[in-house]
Amino acid sequence: MKAERKKNLYNLAIWTWSWVATLALASFGPKYIWDDHSVLTTLAVSVNFVHGILMIIANRRMFNNFDELERKIHLESLALTLGLAVVVGLTYSLLDATNLIAYNAEISNLVIFIGLTYLVLVTVNTKRYA
Amino acid sequence: MKNKLKVLRAENSYTQEDLADIIGVSRQTINAIEKEKFDPSLPTAFRISRLFKLPIEAIFSFEEN
Repeated sequence: MKAERKKNLYNLAIWTWSWVATLALASFGPKYIWDDHSVLTTLAVSVNFVHGILMIIANRRMFNNFDELERKIHLESLALTLGLAVVVGLTYSLLDATNLIAYNAEISNLVIFIGLTYLVLVTVNTKRYA
Repeated sequence: MKNKLKVLRAENSYTQEDLADIIGVSRQTINAIEKEKFDPSLPTAFRISRLFKLPIEAIFSFEEN
């Protein structure tokens, strides 16, 4: 079980980093590397998408290797994160649409919010059962 | 749910880590079951009962809140 867990965690780390790297390449490549060449941009976006799918598969594999308590902790955290992401995301979008905030609502802010919320909730739920 | 897991583990000289490895769960799960913060699944309860050669009801007792 431990060896399998290490392998799954290692795979997830690799696919996450490669997804982040390909995302950076697809974001900055058109401007700084290949001068807005549409074929290269399409290729970079496609490669990033495929890496994202592989990251999700690696995450699912790790999740399925969790034991019952870990699964409960992560499911509770995911449920709360999903709910908060929908509510906070729509409120954030509404603030932008109604011009109550002076800047544009960026999706990256929501992604950071989701990541941090999930991290905090997993930590809190893990402590609850310790 | 109440349980006698900690007593049985001590009687058989198992550490939480040993028991976790035998049952196929994490050490944190064994710790949470012992502290009665988490109720094990039926397969885990059966594995524990088989390991200690005791019926499930001799290890776990259910009390309605």
